[in-house]
Parts: sequence; C-alpha cells; structure tokens
Amino acid sequence: MLSHELSANQIKEKIIKREITAQEVIEELFEWINLKEPLIKAYLCLDRDGAFLKAKEVDKKLDNGDKVGLLAGVPVALKDNICTVDIKTTCASKILEDFIPPYDAFVVKRIKEEDAIIIGKTNLDEFAMGSSNENSAFHVTRNPWNTDCIPGGSGGGSAAAVTADTVFMALGSDTGGSVRQPSAFCGNVGCKPTYGRVSRYGLVAFASSLDQIGSVTKDVYDAALLLQVVSGHDGFDSTSATVGVPDYISDINNVDGNLKIGVPKEFFGEGLNSEVGSAVMNALEIYKKNGAELIDLSLPHCGYAVATYYIIATAEASSNLARYDGVRYGHRSQLSEDNIIDMYSRVRAEGFGSEVKRRILLGNYVLSSGFYEDYYLKASKVRNLIRNDFEDAFKKVDCIISPTCPTPAFRIGEKITDPLQMYLSDIYTIPANLVGIPGISVPCGFTNTGLPIGMQILGKHFDERKILKVAKLFENGTDFHLKKPELN
Amino acid sequence: MDISVKEIEHIADLSRITLTVDEKNTFAKQLTNILGYIEKLNELDTDEVQPMAYATFLKNVFREDKLKSSFSRQEILELSPSSANGFFKVPKVIE
Amino acid sequence: MKYEVVMGLETHAELDTESKLFCGCSTKFGSEPNTQTCPVCLGLPGVLPVMNKKAFEHSLKAALSLSCEISEFTNFDRKSYYYPDLPKNYQTSQNYFNIGNNGYVDIVVKGKEKRIDIHNVHLEEEAGKLVHPETSGANYSLVDFNRAGVPLLEIVTQPDMRSVEEVESYMQTLRNILLYIGVSDCKMQEGSLRFEASISLREEGSNVLGNRVEIKNLNSMKAVLKVIAYEISRQSSLLDKGEDVLMETRLWDDVDSVSRRMRSKEEAHDYRYFPEPDLVPVWIDQEWIDETRTTIPELPVSKRQRFVNEYTISDYDAGILTDDKLLADYFEECVGLSQDSPKELSNWIINDVLRELNERKTNVQDFIVSPKMLVDLVKIKPAIGSSIAKDVFVEMINTGKTAPSIVKEKSLTQMGDVSELNDIVAKVIDENPKAAEDYGKGKKSALTFLIGQTMKVTKGKANPKILTEIFKEKLSAGSK
Ligand SMILES: [Zn+2]
Repeated sequence: MLSHELSANQIKEKIIKREITAQEVIEELFEWINLKEPLIKAYLCLDRDGAFLKAKEVDKKLDNGDKVGLLAGVPVALKDNICTVDIKTTCASKILEDFIPPYDAFVVKRIKEEDAIIIGKTNLDEFAMGSSNENSAFHVTRNPWNTDCIPGGSGGGSAAAVTADTVFMALGSDTGGSVRQPSAFCGNVGCKPTYGRVSRYGLVAFASSLDQIGSVTKDVYDAALLLQVVSGHDGFDSTSATVGVPDYISDINNVDGNLKIGVPKEFFGEGLNSEVGSAVMNALEIYKKNGAELIDLSLPHCGYAVATYYIIATAEASSNLARYDGVRYGHRSQLSEDNIIDMYSRVRAEGFGSEVKRRILLGNYVLSSGFYEDYYLKASKVRNLIRNDFEDAFKKVDCIISPTCPTPAFRIGEKITDPLQMYLSDIYTIPANLVGIPGISVPCGFTNTGLPIGMQILGKHFDERKILKVAKLFENGTDFHLKKPELN
Repeated sequence: MDISVKEIEHIADLSRITLTVDEKNTFAKQLTNILGYIEKLNELDTDEVQPMAYATFLKNVFREDKLKSSFSRQEILELSPSSANGFFKVPKVIE
Repeated sequence: MKYEVVMGLETHAELDTESKLFCGCSTKFGSEPNTQTCPVCLGLPGVLPVMNKKAFEHSLKAALSLSCEISEFTNFDRKSYYYPDLPKNYQTSQNYFNIGNNGYVDIVVKGKEKRIDIHNVHLEEEAGKLVHPETSGANYSLVDFNRAGVPLLEIVTQPDMRSVEEVESYMQTLRNILLYIGVSDCKMQEGSLRFEASISLREEGSNVLGNRVEIKNLNSMKAVLKVIAYEISRQSSLLDKGEDVLMETRLWDDVDSVSRRMRSKEEAHDYRYFPEPDLVPVWIDQEWIDETRTTIPELPVSKRQRFVNEYTISDYDAGILTDDKLLADYFEECVGLSQDSPKELSNWIINDVLRELNERKTNVQDFIVSPKMLVDLVKIKPAIGSSIAKDVFVEMINTGKTAPSIVKEKSLTQMGDVSELNDIVAKVIDENPKAAEDYGKGKKSALTFLIGQTMKVTKGKANPKILTEIFKEKLSAGSK
C-alpha cells in the first residue's frame, strides 16, 4: 500500500516506529498531490516549505528519542476559514484574497503542539456559505468519485482532499452541515462536535451560534484522534464548554449496554432519494443484528428547521460580515475614494460573491426595523421548539440515525441558480446546528452510479464518545470507508 | 410577501453593498422566494415559547481584568490597505 | 410665546479598568496611535470577545448606586451601524436586557430637591477615534483604535429636566456619584465622560411633547449648558415663526458654539439589534447584588446630610466638602484627629486648602499638607494668632515642614506674657511722648502708631489684642 493511502493513525504509527520518516511521507504526499490535485482542485494554497520544515522537526524529535505529540508527523489540511499565522486565510473570498492572519486559531495551535504537519488550506464556499463549493471565488472543487459532481459544501475542499488521499485528515467548520454533507458526498467520516466542544477562536465567523469546528477523516478512529486533540476549554471563546473531555480513543470499540437508536420519521419522508433511503435502512438492519434496539421517533418541528436556520444564520452572518469594509485589512477598491460610504459599498460589492451578498441582504432584512419580531424572534422561538423535540427524543434513545443528505452528490451547476433548492439539501444536517448537538456522518453505501452515501448519527450534548462508538460499530462490520475512487 | 426592488435598494443601503440593476432584480425575486418559504414558520403558534438565542447553557463567563501585551503597530498596519503616520487612513469622514 | 423645555441626558462614562472590555489591551489614555490594539479590538476575522469581569462589576455597582432595579437576566446585543472608528461595524451593547432599569438620582436646585429618573444603565464598548487632518485640501481622515473596546457605561435619563440648572446639577451629581464609587475617573478633558442631550420645547402648560432634537459630541458640562441655551433659542425662534422643529440629530461644534445637522447617514437609525451570540448571558443573583452593595461607599447626598448633623457645619459648607470624595475624606480624617474643632477645620479646608489646590492645580490626595499637619496647625494657632497661622500654612506648603517645627525654627510664638509686654510698652511710651499725648487728647490713630512701634520692637510677635489692652490701661492711667 502506498503511504498516502493509509489512515492518519496508521501513518503516525509507521512514523513513530521509524518505518518511514515524516519527511518521506511529505515527499510522497506532494508527489501524489502534484498528480491528482489538478483533477480535484481541493486546495487554495499549499505550504510545501512549511510542511518540510515541520516534518524535519518531528523526525529530529523521534531520532533524539524525544516525546512526540498525538499527531506526530500526520499531514493535516485546514479549511481556509481557519486562521493560520504566515499562511493566507481567504475564506475563498476576494475580500480576503491576500489576508495573512497575525495569529493562529485555537485548533491550529493544538494540532501544531501535537506535531501535526499543516500542508495547506482547502477550498470552500465563500465564507462557508453554500452546499456545493460552487460559491468559492477562486475555483470549484471536484468530487473525486465523479469529477462532474460537486464535492459538497461548504467544506468540499477538505472532503475531496481526504477522499483523494491528498491529505490524511482535515479540519473544517460546520454551520448547517458543512463538514457532514461533503463527507457524505465524498465518502469519508465527518464529525461535528457539540457546540462549545471545540473553541471557535480563529474560525472566521459565519453564524456564531451555529458554527462549530469539525473533523474530516478517512475512518472513525482518526475522527476520535483528531477530536481528542482539538476538544477542550479555551479562555478566548466565551462559548467554549468547561465540560471535561473524555477519552474518545481507548475503548472506541466497546458500545456499552443496550444501544437504543432513534429513527425519526421526518428524516425518511418526502424528498429522500430511494437509494440513499435504502442504504440507511440497510445500515439500521446491521445495527439491529448487532443487538441494537430501533425506536421509531417523531421530531415534529424538524420540518421548520431550514426556514429557522436561514433566518438565524443570515441574521448573524449579516453582522459578522459587516467588518469587511476595507479599512483595517482586506480588499480595497481601486476606484477613487471621495466618500466613506461609497468606499464601503464598493469594497463590499467587489469583494463578495452573489451567495454572500444574498445572505447579507436577507440577514439585514430579517433584522431591520419592523421585521425583527416576525423573523428573528420567531425563528429563535421555533429553534427552541426544535431543541425540545430533541431533548424529548434523547430521553428515550442513545442516538438518532438518519441519512446525512436527502440525495447523493449532485452535478456541478445543477442547483446553483435556485438558492432555495440548494438550501433544502441541508435539511437533515441543519437541526444539529440549531440544537447544538454532535453529529457524525459515516459512509454507508454507494449509488448505482458509484457515488457515496452517508449516514448521520446524532448524539446528546457532549456525548461525542457515544456517537463515535456507534459509528465505529458500523464501520467495523463494513468496508465502505475503505473504498477508493479511481482518479484518472 | 413580495420584495420589491425598492426594498432591495433599502437593504443594500443598510448592508453597504452597491448592486447592479441585474442584481437588484435577481435578488428581489430570490428573496421573495426564500421569504415565501420562511412564511411556513407562521403555521406555528409560538406565543408561549421562549426564544433560544444561544446554543449553549453557559452563563457568567468572564476574564480577569489583566493586561496582555498588544500587537506591534507595524504588524497591524501592514494588514491595512491604507495607512499613514501610525493611523489607518480612510476617505474624509464628514459628520 | 412661552415654552417649557423638556430635556433628557445620555451620559457615557469610560469605566476605570486596566484592560479593555473584551481583550487584554491597555486602556491608558494618550499613547501613540494604534499601539494599544490586537486582533480582538481591531475586529480581525475569527476573533471572539471575552468579558472583563471588573467592567461588569463596575456597571453593576453604578446601577445600584443609581437606585436601579437590577435585571436577574442580562445579556448583550449587537448594535449595527457603519462607521470607520467601529472595528466590527457593530457595537456590542445592551438593548433588550440592560443591567439596570428604572433608577433615579436626587438633585438639589436652588435649595429644592428634585428626582431625575434613570431609564436604564448599560454596558457597552467604546469606539476608536477619528482624526481629521487640519492641512487644507486633505481629503482623508485617520483612525486610531487605541480607545476601541474600552468599557463604556451608558446612563440614560427620562426626559425629566426642565432647566439649565437642573441639567447642571444632574451632571455634577452624577459625576460625583461615579467618582465616589470609583468606577470612572470622569476626566472630561480625556473624553472619559461625555454627554448627549435631547431637547424639545412645548408650549407652557401643554402635555404634548415637541419634536425631539438629539445633540451629540458634548465633551464637557460647559458644552452641554451652552448647547441647551443655543437650542432653546433656536427652537423657540422656529416655533415663534410657526415653523416646525425637525426631529433630528445634531452635532455640537464647540469652536463656533453652534449645533449643526449631522450630514452622515447615521440618522437613519436602524440599528438591527439582536443578541450577541459570541457572549453568554449574565445572571445576577441576590448574593452578588448584596456583595456589590457592601462595596458602595456612603454617597454624596447622605454624606452631606451626615456632616451637617454630626459636625454642626452649615449645609453649604457640607455641600462643598462632599462635592469631592477625596476632600470629604480629608476633612473626616482631620476631624478624627481633633474632635473639638470641626467647624474651624472645615473653614481651613474650604478657604485655604481649596484655594491652594486650585492655584496649584492639584488634588487633595497629592496635597503636601496632610490632615495631621493641618490639625497640628489648628492646634498651635492660639499661640501664634490667625495672621501668622496663615503665613505658617504657606510655609508648610512650600517646605513640607510641620507647623510646630516652623513655629519653633522662626520663634513665631506670640508674646502673650503680660509682664514682659508691660516693660516693652512702658519703654515705647517713654520713647514716643508726643504720640502718647495725642492719644490722651483723643487722637485714636496715635494708638495704632504706638502698637506699630511695639510690633517693630517685638518683630511682630506681640499679641495685638493683649497689646491694645495694656496700652489703653497705661495711657489712661497716665492721663489721670
Ligand atoms: Zn485588544
């Protein structure tokens, strides 16, 4: 097996045992990237020099017999909305095209401390707004399983890179499904932890009450490994949880007690692609065979989740993106500047793409004078109803299983002209963000045309440990996660 | 509810984004469509429901009043598209 | 026509903390531009705020001192507007759940007490500062973000004030309270205390409120008083002409002493408030309130009353002493050292200490004459007399020496020993027979001359009162 085809944990073991050096891993990886990246275009920026420098450092530590971190020598990619010192962080937006942050995000500090090797920044929908990657200001990333298809969004770059083996693991952000949906579309494992589990410090904000950093990995074990590293309290994020982080890794193969799985009817209804539906039903059968109890559920307000989400997310986004005005950083109009208001309006007209503009407009509309109660406040109340649905459900079950997305990856251009249809593709992932609970997408099958299908496991607040175990249980009995696309 | 081009112009003004005529027309149509979908929230009676503004149950999170060193001015100003004499520079602001 | 003026005031006070509201940058005034900034207070992509506990506690303390109802649940909201001194183009403030609501401040105007209701007290972040270059033709402005993110307390009154005097008294009382509780240094020249006024006129006797004009950019109490006078005359002349007063925001131009209509679009006022999702709510329980109450010192109004009762000084004097907490503390420290002369100590402080402080532009905390030194001076005064005591006071300030040591050094103790003076007086009379004779003939000025001569001999140390007695006795005896 070629080194880049291994999982993150496998390559780490090899590096630690000195079967291969970190520098050799990087060498081989970049050879593969040179070969495959032109087909996929998962990256916005690669940091070859930085990667070799860090690899050298890790090799030196190991040669000296020094202690190394949990991710020793593992090449990691970061979604390009996570701030990195000395590496551009563009959010796939013209407005931040040349922005080099003067600080590292919390998660970046953490993975550096654990000796991971950052190799580059991956593509996304501009400011993480989108479900297809087509909203990137720079280029569209391709789905490695079918390059005519989108890789999903907004974290399509990370998912495509992990699937194409051009990186071993990646960090992304999930505001309405941006880690889970592309992972489902590309056939890898995407985990969105509980809101507050991983510090948002240094993640460029889209919608602050929904954003959460998550992992994109080749298998469930790697997800546990990466989450172990990035989880935990951070004094620079007021919403960062103080709940202790349990050991996700050591007994990941033991599902304790009788597993009760909730199956919500709202997630299997109208609009669900039949191939996706049956793949998930088959997966549920596997659980049943393993002794799990399947419990039919209703989450009556989930049908309102997309509407609720597009009010709250756009309201928060309209304010989070107000800071891009060309004064302190970022794009500034080349046109003459005689008036500050014109300058702002031009900078933002030139710097933002259509989807971002659309959401800023919608967000300002729902917050504007006279509409606040009808829209923002109304949505906040419905959000509470949705949370109550889940709280009730979790009194009866340990986790909830559903498809990650209603369809497999769609074709490039298929939905780009109809924003509402695009929004509806996140219908199953959005509720977890509204409620703040953790969710993980694992591969559970393929369509007839060979596109991956993802299954979503949702858990109680701060119960990542459980959903990782439930995911691992399925993975242990299947081989969907081991399938590789042919990339020619 | 239909969103008119005039309303789009007003929101664009609030949003500080210059829009082309085409954009105004497209956004008016699209926002009408999206807001139409959002209307479905009105099916729910939420009079007795508390709003949920936070996805966390945390409260009273503070830091101590302690000084930390600031960033170097040079590093900060290098990020800026326009600066002069240690200041950020903007078109003349008339109050 | 006669108009009644209806006024409300919004006060912004920078809170006295080491670090900013959401980051560790210094709040120090007067540093080089943009040297007290970091990614957080510059609103760089990806940063998050974490609330300074001291700033919140200061706000709670202020709300309690202004007799507000304290919200059990408070949170923060984003207030959106575009301005180059506002890094995120929204200000983190409070709108729906303020820390304090429905408070009041009691003021005294022309001896009459009046209650000014406080609508709310809330905490928010300060903006940066715009500099407009003076050079002609400069088509740019400059921004300094040192101040951006400094904690700011906003205190909003109801439109309860009806005269310039009430506004003045309110501002002074409020400033005094904030200084007393130690939450703000209230230095107006540094912008730590600023005001916005709303002024409307209505026909006397009418219940209908006139159109309200809001005035921003009032950086001193003087400016507030000037703008009120200006607006009353501007608005009443409009109304007299039958014209409408526009509901608008105006800026005060302190140089030309006029208010001007704001040209920026900010008057559109659609702030799009919504809860700040990057901060979590603050719940304030009774225990926290009780604990905070114990940190609030006696406030000026009650201290003034107590001074009158306890030290039997006039209400006017008590007012002056309590106008400055440090001065009141100074007075009480003096009284603590010498219980028998509060009235005299109060006179010394009000007349002499205050004069010196004003002349030297210093405050009582840095004043070289400590309470102990002042008390020692007052104790030694009977032995040296008032006029020398004043000289000694000046000497104390100049040298930092105590009164007893100055008196000793310069042998300033007055000669009050009658027998010793008797001899000197006899000698002076012998040497000035003409003057003695004149006095005998009823020429009163002769006595002044003789006392003057005696003072020369004694180098001013003779007690003039005793001297007069002796002369009168001797000269009347001689004429018999
Ligand atoms: Zn700062």
